[in-house]
Amino acid sequence: MGWTKKVLRVDLSKGTCKSEPLNMKWAQEYLGQRGLATKYFVEEVDPKVDPLSPANKMIMATGPLTGTMASTGGRYSVITKGALTGAIACSNSGGYFGAEMKFAGWDMVIFEGKSPKPVYLAIEDDKAELRDAAHLWGKTVWQTEEIIKKTHQDPQTRVCSIGRAGENGVMYACIVNDLHRAAGRSGVGTVMGSKNLKAVAIRGTKGAGGIKDGKAFMKATVAAKKVLAENAVTSQGLPTYGTQVLMNVINEMGALPTRNHRDVQFEDARKISGEAMHEKRPTDGKAQLVTNAACFGCTIACGRISKMDEGHFSVVNKPEYWGASGGLEYEAAWALGAANGVGDLEALQYANLICNEDGYDPITFGATVGAAMELYDLGILTKEQIGMDAPFGSAEALVKLSEMTAKGEGFGKELGLGSARLCAKYGKPELSMGVKKQEFPAYDSRGIQGMGLAYATSNRGACHLRGYTVASEVLGIPVKTDPLVTEGKADLVKAFQDATSVFDSAGVCVFTTFAWTLADLQPQLDAACEGGWSMEKLALVGERIWNMERVFNNAAGFTAKDDDLPPRLKTEAAKTGPAKGKVNGIDVMRPEYYKARGWDEKGVPSKDTLKRLGL
Amino acid sequence: MKVTLKLYATLSDHLPTQARKTNAVELDLPAGTSPAQVIETWSLPIKLCHLVLVDGVFVPPAERATRALAEGEVLAIWPPIAGG
Ligand code: SF4
Repeated sequence: MGWTKKVLRVDLSKGTCKSEPLNMKWAQEYLGQRGLATKYFVEEVDPKVDPLSPANKMIMATGPLTGTMASTGGRYSVITKGALTGAIACSNSGGYFGAEMKFAGWDMVIFEGKSPKPVYLAIEDDKAELRDAAHLWGKTVWQTEEIIKKTHQDPQTRVCSIGRAGENGVMYACIVNDLHRAAGRSGVGTVMGSKNLKAVAIRGTKGAGGIKDGKAFMKATVAAKKVLAENAVTSQGLPTYGTQVLMNVINEMGALPTRNHRDVQFEDARKISGEAMHEKRPTDGKAQLVTNAACFGCTIACGRISKMDEGHFSVVNKPEYWGASGGLEYEAAWALGAANGVGDLEALQYANLICNEDGYDPITFGATVGAAMELYDLGILTKEQIGMDAPFGSAEALVKLSEMTAKGEGFGKELGLGSARLCAKYGKPELSMGVKKQEFPAYDSRGIQGMGLAYATSNRGACHLRGYTVASEVLGIPVKTDPLVTEGKADLVKAFQDATSVFDSAGVCVFTTFAWTLADLQPQLDAACEGGWSMEKLALVGERIWNMERVFNNAAGFTAKDDDLPPRLKTEAAKTGPAKGKVNGIDVMRPEYYKARGWDEKGVPSKDTLKRLGL
Repeated sequence: MKVTLKLYATLSDHLPTQARKTNAVELDLPAGTSPAQVIETWSLPIKLCHLVLVDGVFVPPAERATRALAEGEVLAIWPPIAGG
């Protein structure tokens, strides 16, 4: 429905909810969702703000295609200053919540201040009010959603909430919607918790409307869906095996970070792969994977729905975990598994369920467990400190630690800090495997060089979804490049980052880019939104968004020094696989990238660049 | 010469049942056999042989008939897939 042209501003300190018109000048310059909400954010918030102070704001935003018939048009993003990173944070989620926000008639909701007591925001079309959440505080995400739906007597209410992780200050808490879809990274849930905001419940009945040219939009979305249906990756690969099919690929390529990046190949990779999820277990004769699932309006349906082995040690006598639920996706399976050397698929799914139930990021959690296991291996952390033996590969430790983290019990409190703060506390900051205090996802940049640059320069800290050069370096989308060289990666990373900024601002899922290019998105946006959305305009918008985020981070105190990788990836060569003997060439790629971006050698956008982008 | 063939995702249906647990099968091949010859011998649908790696290194389509496999190498093949 294009833009609804309405913004809801919620002052949590005063307890007020007010409607205001969307700034349409900014909408023309920043499109929606990630771009437009970040524009509001950087205009209204001091870059130096403490992320957990009431002066930080948090915006939940849809894109112009959210809630429409565009394929995957169900996305929303949460924009704030990240608790984990202190950088601009933008976490994107699927499910059904985003579309419901649009159906209720809102482009975005801006939260400011801090409520004196726990509250949740209830939205029913134009009506929005803060309600007492004392009875929800202390409850898990799953319980919260159930209670709210019962209270509202409407199972169609869509809910996003924080779990106990967000309440208890776990630095990488998520905001979970529709039970297992999450705005997952950078601690956006921690910010929400700091505001005493437990949940947002939305019911929208307005449906779609406001499309600029209905006929052209229908034609454009049908054509774009055809592209997805005719592409082997989006029509067969992703629905059948999900993202988890990558486990064996990345392992064969020698780019699967293992045991806190000590190794680049995991001997048990196959046991925790997409293929293993399809296999019947010897214990109960059933496969873990039950079916695939789709977010709102998605014609790809990459989601995994699984059932655990009821006899597995983690869930014996816990029937609440026996039902079908979300997972495992590749990133979670890697972080909970290979990153700490655990090859027990059931244990990974259990820890994944706990992450969903209690609302914290499985990537940062798994990687932090990996760092703790290395500290244990080095004798820096002891059995007494952790409360158990925690060698690499211990499924028991993973399971117990996942239960302790959200509640802040024992060593779980320290794991809740994330690996950067944990490793610094124990005098080994170099053992935190991340950038800007956010942990790497599932690709070792010694084996996929471009990802090292993508991680180092990601505006929200290490992340694969800001510039997924894996598509090119591994999968050959749109063209195959050599993963082992640094040449050409500066331009490749920039191109991915700018294009992704547009997709993230449109309301669609970035997984469409395995089949779509900007040329497939452009006719859909142009038909939905007024203002003439040409390819040139979109390309400029993408680059503008990236630079706007960069300018905020620079003003927040980040410098070129923060665009770097941990020493391990620059000095300890990969031991096996195609990248054997290689480190990441970040120091070669970084200056090339700054140049490609029109930034000076300190990573500051030049006056000309800012002018060209209208910043 | 001994070579390991690994078939993943939907291609694993082409493996003998007992090999599906590991996605791998050991082959004894004449010296100089190419990935394309293995693909043909195993009747693997060419369109589904999308990602072809030898010892983890991508072999472009144009080189699949000329690249000679060597003793101990691992040939791994996937249909079109992606993740994130
Ligand atoms: S491709 Fe997957 S993550 Fe993206 S919208 Fe579809 S189901 Fe959701």
